[in-house]
Amino acid sequence: MSSIQLTPTGKLRHFLTIEGLPRDMLVSILDTAESLTSVKDRSIKKVPLLRGKTVANLFFEPSTRTRTTFELAAKRLSADVLNIAMSTSATTKGESLLDTLRNLEAMHVDMFVVRHAQSGAAHFIAQQVAPHVSIVNAGDGRHAHPTQAMLDVFTIRRHKPDFGGLTVAIVGDIRHSRVARSQIHALNTLLTGEVRVIAPQTLLPADVETLGVKVFHSLDEGLRDVDVIIMLRLQRERMQGGRLPSEHEYYQQYGMTTERLAIAKPDAMIMHPGPINRGVEMSSSVADSPQSVILEQVSHGIAIRMAVMSMAMQHNQPDKAPQAAT
Amino acid sequence: MTIADTDTTSALQALTHCLQDHLSSHAIQSPSMLGIHTGGEWVARALQLAIDENMPLGTLDISFYRDDFSRIGMNPEVRPSHIPFEVDDQHIILVDDVLYTGRTIRAALNEIFAYGRPASVILAVLIERDGRQLPICADCVGNRVALDNNQQIKLSGPEPLMLEIIETS
Repeated sequence: MSSIQLTPTGKLRHFLTIEGLPRDMLVSILDTAESLTSVKDRSIKKVPLLRGKTVANLFFEPSTRTRTTFELAAKRLSADVLNIAMSTSATTKGESLLDTLRNLEAMHVDMFVVRHAQSGAAHFIAQQVAPHVSIVNAGDGRHAHPTQAMLDVFTIRRHKPDFGGLTVAIVGDIRHSRVARSQIHALNTLLTGEVRVIAPQTLLPADVETLGVKVFHSLDEGLRDVDVIIMLRLQRERMQGGRLPSEHEYYQQYGMTTERLAIAKPDAMIMHPGPINRGVEMSSSVADSPQSVILEQVSHGIAIRMAVMSMAMQHNQPDKAPQAAT
Repeated sequence: MTIADTDTTSALQALTHCLQDHLSSHAIQSPSMLGIHTGGEWVARALQLAIDENMPLGTLDISFYRDDFSRIGMNPEVRPSHIPFEVDDQHIILVDDVLYTGRTIRAALNEIFAYGRPASVILAVLIERDGRQLPICADCVGNRVALDNNQQIKLSGPEPLMLEIIETS
């Protein structure tokens, strides 16, 4: 499914899913993001890498954090940015998705950042667009949220760079989580020592073992010797089907508290893609503890999105050896 | 073809003297220095040792400002620029190893201005060769060489600094 992400010479064309991307590509995204983190320290927080390019944020699902960090990332790269909340736009007037895309293409948009409730939406759009246009997936259904996974592994790498020696536990609603799926692919591609998922049976996908993870149903057991803990958001809007008795009971069994955090390694990092439901996934004392890197994740999201956008915008350029330009 | 060590040393000496003269004739007190990654960094470090060990010294990586970014893509190993002083109202000595097309210096000036508004920028280069594509000229030069289009001059270092002429196809 991922082959359309790369050009014949192996450059990034679209960024749709982590699955199938080579390890070198992920490392290259992380290295580029590392260099781009310094842009925020300048008095003019901008570099001209995407000057003259137009980026359209197409959000068919509401999002604050992801959309604003994509917008900020594009602006720091000097791109022009259009934010289109698709629920209020022409699609509600009966215009088809493809017509909307064709119209935006006619306005010479170079990149679409797409968030959609349907799995595979970004991939579908990538198959339809003109050759010069790049698609970045900002979350599709239960399938993938690759920039979130990259900012998570970026945050981990900044604190604990040796992935081979790490045990990472992902806790919570794996079943409905595109974030978890992308995290698992990213962690395994980067050769993480052990990836665990901790969840009740009802919140695990049927094929979970085939993803290359160790499954735990007990939080206390799963946290032993863990270096990194990633808590997932309990998606209240997806809890209608009776998969959980109550939020309160969930917190009793799977909520992260200071006492439970002590089971993991003393320097374990605690992460969360946001937004946090305090008192459901974790206590406030954990969310605000020194071990929490949750706000760092948000800042790193900007650098990762800058890296992905600038790399994808190079795809339609001919391969040329760098020449001295002194 | 390697250029004799003595030539690298004498170019560095000539550049040092030119820079000292320039600073005193323009009455510039307490300047700061920026070396362009990587050759310019080495030359800047050598100048710092020769002129004033306490002169603030930073590095510029101009990759984000290259005008050929969209043609050749980005080097993922870009190192963040490190400017350990306030750029505003500062006299800055900008140092590079080779001045050729002038495009690197154009990019470096843009990068400097992302950090602030310097009082002045003085350009110091170890080697100036022909082939300028932009109206940029150095204030201080260690040595001038004329090369064919298929030749490149390259500095290796940092210890020892060594200039080399490479034939390209």
